Formats: sequence, C-alpha cells, structure tokens
Amino acid sequence: MSAEPQTAPDGRDLIRLEHVSKRFGGVQALDDVAFDVKPGEVLCLAGENGCGKSTLIKVISGVHKPETGAVMRFDGAPMDDLTPARARALGIQVIWQDLALFPEMSVAENIAFEKNLGARLRLVDYGAMRREAAAILDRLGVDIDLDAPVKSLSIARRQLVAIARALVAKARLVFMDEPTASLSRAETKALLRIVRRLSEADIAVVFVSHRLAEVLDVSSRVTVLRDGRLVGTYPTRGMTQTKLTELMTGRTFGQEVHAPRTRSGTPVLAVEGLTRAGEYRDVSLAVMPGEIVGLIGRLGAGRTELALSLFGMTRPDAGTIRLEGRPLRMGSNRDAIAAGIGYVSEDRLSLGLVQPQSIGDNTVVTVLDRLVDDFGLLSPKKRRDLVADWIDRLKVKIGHPDDPVSTLSGGNQQRIVLAKWMATGPKLLILDSPTVGVDVGARAGIFEIVRELAAGGVAILLISDETPEVYFNADRIWHMRDGRLIEEFVPAETTLAAVEEAVHA
Amino acid sequence: MNQFVATLLGHGPRHAGSSVAARSEIAGLLLVLAVLVLVLGATTGRFLSEATFTSIAFQLPELGLLTLAMLIPILSGGLNLAITFSANIAALVLAWILQAGGGADAGIALFLLGCLAAVLTGAFFGGVMGLVIAYTGAHPILVSLSMMIFLRGLGEFLTRGGDVSGFPSFVVAIGQGTVFGIPVPLLVFLACVAVWMLILNRSRLGFSIYMLGSNPEATRYSGVDTHRALTLVYVLSGVMCAIAGIVMLARFNSVRVGHGESYLLITVLACFLGRVDPFGGFGRVVPVVIALVILQVIGSGLNLLGTNQHLATALWGGILVLVMVVRALWARLEISSYLASRPRPGRR
Amino acid sequence: MPETRSRRLPIGGVEGWLLVVIALIVAYLSIATDTFLTLVNVFDILNYSAVNVIFAAGLLVVLIAGGIDISFAVGASVVQYLAVTALGRIGGGDWALGIALSLVLGACLGAINAALIYHFRIISIVVTIATFNLFFGLLMFFTGGVSIYDLPDWLSSRVVLYDVETDLGWAEITLPVLVMVVTVFATWLLLRRTSLGRQLFAMGDNTEGARRLGINLGAMHYLAYGWLGACAGLAGLMQAHYAREVVPNALYGRELEVLAAVVLGGARLGGGRGTLFGAILGLALVSITQNGLNLLGVSPYAFRMIIGFVILVAISLSGETIGLVASRLRGPKAAGSVR
Repeated sequence: MSAEPQTAPDGRDLIRLEHVSKRFGGVQALDDVAFDVKPGEVLCLAGENGCGKSTLIKVISGVHKPETGAVMRFDGAPMDDLTPARARALGIQVIWQDLALFPEMSVAENIAFEKNLGARLRLVDYGAMRREAAAILDRLGVDIDLDAPVKSLSIARRQLVAIARALVAKARLVFMDEPTASLSRAETKALLRIVRRLSEADIAVVFVSHRLAEVLDVSSRVTVLRDGRLVGTYPTRGMTQTKLTELMTGRTFGQEVHAPRTRSGTPVLAVEGLTRAGEYRDVSLAVMPGEIVGLIGRLGAGRTELALSLFGMTRPDAGTIRLEGRPLRMGSNRDAIAAGIGYVSEDRLSLGLVQPQSIGDNTVVTVLDRLVDDFGLLSPKKRRDLVADWIDRLKVKIGHPDDPVSTLSGGNQQRIVLAKWMATGPKLLILDSPTVGVDVGARAGIFEIVRELAAGGVAILLISDETPEVYFNADRIWHMRDGRLIEEFVPAETTLAAVEEAVHA
Repeated sequence: MNQFVATLLGHGPRHAGSSVAARSEIAGLLLVLAVLVLVLGATTGRFLSEATFTSIAFQLPELGLLTLAMLIPILSGGLNLAITFSANIAALVLAWILQAGGGADAGIALFLLGCLAAVLTGAFFGGVMGLVIAYTGAHPILVSLSMMIFLRGLGEFLTRGGDVSGFPSFVVAIGQGTVFGIPVPLLVFLACVAVWMLILNRSRLGFSIYMLGSNPEATRYSGVDTHRALTLVYVLSGVMCAIAGIVMLARFNSVRVGHGESYLLITVLACFLGRVDPFGGFGRVVPVVIALVILQVIGSGLNLLGTNQHLATALWGGILVLVMVVRALWARLEISSYLASRPRPGRR
Repeated sequence: MPETRSRRLPIGGVEGWLLVVIALIVAYLSIATDTFLTLVNVFDILNYSAVNVIFAAGLLVVLIAGGIDISFAVGASVVQYLAVTALGRIGGGDWALGIALSLVLGACLGAINAALIYHFRIISIVVTIATFNLFFGLLMFFTGGVSIYDLPDWLSSRVVLYDVETDLGWAEITLPVLVMVVTVFATWLLLRRTSLGRQLFAMGDNTEGARRLGINLGAMHYLAYGWLGACAGLAGLMQAHYAREVVPNALYGRELEVLAAVVLGGARLGGGRGTLFGAILGLALVSITQNGLNLLGVSPYAFRMIIGFVILVAISLSGETIGLVASRLRGPKAAGSVR
C-alpha cells in the first residue's frame, strides 16, 4: 500500500473542494467552503463545536450531499453522487469520534471487518483476518490482544483499533475526528508517531479538533472554520494555540480577568481527601460563596467523575464532602439536590435534558414538589407561571412552552438546563462543559448568567475543555491530571498562555 | 363539569406539538368512530339498536381496564405482556376467598375483602416485575413474558385447567346490573379512567412516567427517583389488571385461567390506535379510550355480521399492522412537511 | 480507565452455569428415577426436542440481529398446513419437495415480518404480535380447526436413523434429529463463518456503526427473519412427521417456550450477543426439567409455572444484571459502556 502507483505528483491535490455549502432546514451548516489536502500531507481542520467540521467530513465521506454548485475532485477526477461505500472505495476513511466499533466482537474482527462487507456470501477466513489485523497493528507498533472483545478495551486502545480499521482498506485520506480527546500524553505521542509513518507512506491525514497544540508540530497546514464559513488555511509554522483560538472564535481575548476577590466565611463546598478507585484520588478543594472555581484537564483526567460524586451519583471510597460546613452523605443525586447542589451535565443530549419532552416539563422537572396544590396534585397554573417566569428571566427564545425542547438551539437548550437548576435555588452549581454544542455567539450569554448567579452568592464549580473560557470566567483554576489536583492557578496572576501550556504539555 | 374536565385533563397536551394538534387527534378518532357507526348501521339493520349498545357497554369495560393496565407500562417505555394472566390470578384469589367464606352464601363484606386481596395480589405480581425491571435493567418484554408464563402455569396448576364458580348472587348482579341504566362495569371503568387521567396528568408520578419514558437517565439526573417510579408503573398496572379480573369474574360468574388471553393483542392495538408512542413518553388516556370504543364497535359489528371468531382474530392482527403502517407513513409526511415549513437546526 | 483483562474460556459464563445446573439436574434425576438415564428416555428427549432446537436456531439469528419474533411457531403451523395441502394436491411429492416447499413458504412468512419492521420502522415485538394473530386467525379460519390425518406416506412413516433394543423396548433416533443437526450446523455456519452472518452480528451490536460501514440493513432484516421463517417451516414439517398429523393449533404457545430457552442460553434482547451452544443448553435445561418433572409424577400444569419462575430468576440474577446492579451501586461511570 505504501507505493500507490497513481499517486499524484507533488503540488497536485489529493482532494480539492470548492463552493461547498450545506443547509439543514434553516441552518447554514456550511457556507461556500473551500478545502484541499495534498497527498501524504498532515492537515489540521480546526474550529469550535458546531463550526461545520463534522458536516464537512460527512460531505467528503458521502454521508451528506452538498448543495448544488459544489465542486469536488479527488485525485483530479470529479466525485459526484458520493456514497459512503464509494468514498471508501476511493480510499477516504473516517475515524469517527464515537469510533463506530462493534463492542462484542474481537479486536481482529473489528479491524478486518472490511473483509466481511459486501452483499456476496463468502466464508469468513478468521486466520486471514487475524494475520491482516496483526500486520496492521504491527505496522502501527502497538500490541493489542487480537482475540479480546473490544468492549474490554480502554478508550485509548479502542481508538487504536479504529485507526487500524481505517488502514486496512487502502486508505489514501484518513480523517481523525478528535483523536486525542481521551488520550494520555504518552498515547498521544504514540498516535503522532503513527501519523508520521502514515504520511511517509503517502497517506494524507486530517486531524479534526479544537485543541491542536499537540498536533501542530506534525502538521503542515491548518484550515480553520467558523460558523460554517472558511476563515482560512494557514501554515502551522509560527502558529500558536492562542492565535488559533482567536481564529476559531473570532475574538481577541483582551477580556479583563477577574480580580481575585478575597472571600470570607464558611466555604459552600469543602472537599477533603476525596478518593474513588480508578477515577480520582485524594482531592481536596473548597469553593466559597459567590466564587467561580475552574477545573481543567484532559478528558479522562477524572473531572466529570469527581463532579458525579459531588452530585451524589457515585459514592466516593474515602474522604469527606462538606456543604456549608456540614458533612454530606449522599445516597443518590436526590440527596444532593435536596442539599442544594445542581449539576449541568456535559452530555446535554442524553443526560442534561429529556430531549423529546416539552420545554416546560424540562424546566420544572427538578421542582415538582413545589408545584403541588392543596390536594397533592400538580397545579397547571403553578407550572405555567414558573415556566413563564424562568423563560422570561433567562431570556430564552422559544416558540411555545409545549414544544419539544429538542427544537431549541444549543444555547437556548443550555438556558433551559440552567433554569431547571436555578429553580431549585442551589447553593452550589457544578457546570460540566457548559458551552459544548453552544454557538460561539451564544456562549457569552451563558456566562453572563453564570456570573450573575455567582454575584448572587451561588458557588460555581466550572469544568471545561476550553481553557480560555475558564481563564476569563473563574476566580481560581484547579488543574486535574490522572485523577489528582496537581496545581492551582489564579488568572489574575498568570497568563492564558501559561495555563494552556500547563494543560497541554 | 367543565372545571372537572379541566382538572382531569390537567396541563398541556402530551404529544409533540400544540394543543391544537391534540384536539385534532381526538377529532380524527371521533370521526373514524362516527363513520364506522354509520357504515355498520347502514350495512346491518340491527347495528343501531339498543341491544348492540348495551352489549358494547358491557363488553368495553373488561377490555378497557386491561388497556389501561397496558397503557402505563408502554408510556414508561416498556410493555406488560402479563396483563391477562395477572387479571386471572387476581380473580382466582377473590374466587377462593368467596368459596372459603361459604361460596354462594358469602356476604358482601367478604366480597370486599376478597376484592382487596385480589388488588393486593395484582399489585404484588406487578411489583415483582417492576422491581426486576427497575433495579436489574432487564428488558420489560422478557420480564413480563416470563411472569406471564409463570402466572399461567401457576393458575393452571392451581385450577387444573378448570373453571372456578359458585359465587353469591350479588356478584352477578354487580357484573350484569345497571345503576340509572348504566352498566356497573362501565361505571367501574369510567372511574378507573378518571383515576388514570388524574395520575398521568396531575400527579408527580405521572409526570415522571412521561419523562422517564423518553429518557430514564436524563430524568434520573434531574432528581426523579426513576427506580421507584418504574416499580410503581408495574404496581399500578397490576392493580388495574386485578380490577379487570374482578369485573370479568362478576360478568361471567366464574374464573378460568386463560380467559381474556386474546385481549392482549387488542389492548396493544387500542394503545397504538390511540396515538401512544410505542417507544414511550407520549400518549394520553382520552384518545386511547376513544380508540377502545372504535375497536369495540368493530368487534360488535363483526359479531353482528356473523364473522367467525378466528377470522376476527386475524382481522385484529391485520388492523394492528394497518394502524402501525399508517402511523409510519403519517409520521414521514409530518416530518417532511415540518422540515419544509420550519427551519430546524441539524443535529451535530 | 483501567483495562479489564479478557478471560480466555472456551465457553462463556452463561454456558458454564447452564452446564453446571443441567449436570446437577441430571445427577438428581438419575438417582431419583430409574427411568431417566435410559437410552429410551434420552432418545425420547432428543426426538421431542429436535423441533424446538430447529426453532431455537432460527430465533437466535433474529435475536442476534437485534429483533424479536413471536410469530414463528404459528408461522410453522401455517407452513405445515399449506405444504401438506399443496403436496396432497400434486399427488404426494417427496422429501426433497416437502423440505424445499417448507423452507420457501417459511421464508416468505418471515419476509412479511421483515418488511413491516424495516420499511415502516415498527418495533419487532408489535409487528410479530400482530402477525402472530393474523397467521393464527387465518389458519384457524380456513382450516376450521380441523386436523389433517391423511399425510403422504413418506411424511407419516417414521424414519428411524438408528435404533437399539434395550430392556425397556426399542430406543430410536428419528429423522428430526438429523434435520436438527443439519439446521444447527447451517446456522452456525451462517453466524460464525459467513460474511453475511458477521454483518448480522454487527447490525445487532452497533446499528449506527453498521450503517456507516455501508452494511445493507434492509437485506439484513430479510436475512434474519427469512432465516427464522425457513427454520420454522422446516420445524413445522418435522413436527408433522413426528406427530404424524397436522393439528392447526399444535404449535400454539411453543414460541414462548423456545424464546424463554434461547434467552436463558445467554442471547441478549437488543442484539449482538448469543451463541448456538447457549441456546441449545437453554433448551436442554427446559426439556430435561420437563421430562424429569414428568418422570417424577409432578403435574404437567406445574411445569410452566416452574419454567416461568426459573426464567424470571435467571433474568434477575444473570451475570450481566448483577454486574449492572453492582455498577449502579458504584455509579454510572464505573461500567465502561461503549455506546
């Protein structure tokens, strides 16, 4: 596979797209985007959540059709009527963020599943599958038990299986959707070595990510998308994460950082030596009333796991949690809510909101007990009033409170999530990646609400992958790695670059 | 009266869309019913008679009660395949208590005690299913299926496949009597409908059932005790089965395990004809009740036309297929017109 | 995230447990009765179970693909009736024609289910509840519930493959056992050794992943339900051969017995998991229990009760659900689920 005879000479494009647009209903997901990749090149495709990266990959891999007027050429030949099967035949492979593996099947079969495809009835040659899988893994320089079911592997190893699967087919262009999100530093390094090897074998690799510090030095160019439009394609030489962040968000972060206000009194949340095997260890931190404490770190550092324990969803093995000085023992998240803790989940689609149900019901679900009348029945009037009140207070743009919450934009959905927790009158609000899937323009509005809450005395624990948004909103920042809190930053006393450096180093 | 209806209907409609859509949904079903009655009235001279309506009024309740027992599990995203045998077993408990208390000479107090025992029996078996489903995450189809096999076996074992009869005369009077011209079973059914509407529209449990029917995890994260709610779903279902069992006992003056087995299909059919979402989370009591009346009218019509019982079974199956196919086509139409009429963000 | 080490056992946990339970039951019955562990009885169990195993093999395919079907046993009765009637019209036919006809008719009935489930996106349990009643109602209507005793000679004369005389009389292995072996082998071949079988597994395991790989989900539905239909048709023919008559409602209710046994054998409702060995063991457990209760003189009415109870307990206590409860107690993130 290393020496494809028809490889285009240097300077020619492996793939070139022009005037690619895509609409979903009223939303312009892609607007006249141009994109090109050279053979064997390593390119970064950068942009914030919802900028159109995923849509672009789906267009190139045949999942979505672009609007008419798009010009798409692969290896000089036009690629019209692209289907997933045709895209794969061309050598376009996508490693999806959710990997799309088969958990019950063995590693070997997952890697070599390509052999099973097609409508023709063939006998499966497990030996050949194993040999092929072994050869690919060998080429990647990784050692994974070929017979283990994929469900028994860690996320990082599943990632490697997905990469191996993409390479089994004669790949010429591989998209990796957020490949480093859940990898440790060593694993990321191993991945980058693999990418270099692919590049040497003339296979082009496109990294799709919004955190690119670690991949900038293996790639030659970076293409930035914002709100469905092409911002530009830049050489990576001299590019920094900060500059890239500015390109992606369209904002210069000349914002004021919080002056560290000294706060007195009893901390709302005081955690001492909290440990849960395999998730986090010996965590001690405090959040004062009205304070916003950031929690940053890699995916898999244990931030969400810690948050879930603070919210009563999981039980710590050791350590204490005190709320306003009183020790808190929680059997479930109902105890946490009763004690005054709210949790905005990172996964709004499946945990944050009951998507098909109405806006109104999602707003009041946390405070049902307050809606009952004298007979213990839910009062429609109380419900209506409460919903109207919160929609008004948080300026949520909705059609009708009875519409499904899924009809709202990401930003407005997140306002409903905030409303449902604010309705409980929380003392501590844990925000886990509150701007995931929220348009760049709507993010400021979310943080406006959060800061207002803090000003009202609510303690906020802010977890996020977006270091800048934590830097500009938090009073203090804890850096978590491998389940431990390793260092504390005060934004007013340090620079964004220094914090970024610490997280990504 | 309006106030009362409003109380029962409670807050907004339980289906994606506005209250206008909900009203047109009921209107559509009523239209189907009217057309059906007219067609049957025109084709068979005897359909529009008092006898027909009396027979419908007496037959509807037992099917209706079982449908209510099926409705709540479906709303919660599950299914209860054990409804008919739960009803049989609960009725058996009542029958034994009556027999132990002297058979035909048993008093009304003993009957009430028996009813209580029957309801507790239904609640118990429902509760067992609910606990297994809620706490082990086992599939409701499997759990209720094995419960159904167990209850059928239990019933057949205890009755040796025979009938249990010989009850006091007032039992039959309840099952076949009327109050102000309204059959007693129908009154029981209407009361149960009212209770169900109250639970689903106005109680915290009902609210939770709809939410967890759509997404149990997100509901749990919002602080709802979904395990308790899910257990109660099957307890309520079991209680309703028991009431159905009591009504059947009173109407036939006997209990036989297996009686009403064929109702299982029709209860599912009534729910889906009444626009209940097969995946849970959406569906309301009133359209289901109208759907029930439609099905009962069809049943009576088939009866009057002298349709063979087995052909009727096949027709029920065919109608269920038809209803689901029409719903699927309808949904496709709605989605495409929705997308055409209204901007909607594509999901990432 | 800690990596759980994969255990290397030749068989899965469910199969292991079933083997232990079956061994205990067999040991008990061998001691408690003099008739259980005799060739006559063992061969009887085998002959009787053959039809169920054929059903189970087909049903396993559907379960692995992520569906469920409760109409297959009634479908088998329909096939039985149609095949025997058609063969009677053309003068009797022979084994080859009978088997071919049964397979085709069965596959057609399965295809009806597949079409409704795939093209109209109706959940499989609802579709098959409907077709169950549709098939059964039509069958009873057109037959009037009347049985056919006048079978072609080749079908009604018992084909003995192996026999041996014992103190208790002749112990025989009959044709259904051979057909069972062939069906199980063919199903094993499909599920484990062919590309299409692996695609079926993939669809049950991760439907969205299968779609992105370009697996033809529609074809997979037809394959799964068609395979079950064909197996059911074959089982129907074997049942007619075994019983030497066609009784329209003879197989009514058999679907639950088989479904329960296959699930007992470790197949997962929702797809992607299940083995033939497990399904056969599940069925063996049910058949041996039934036979044992019979020999012990326990009322046949108690049988269903006991089976229902066993399955209820098995579902509640299966390794998966225990693990789930344990992880619930520890919290949601502890169990690293892929989806």
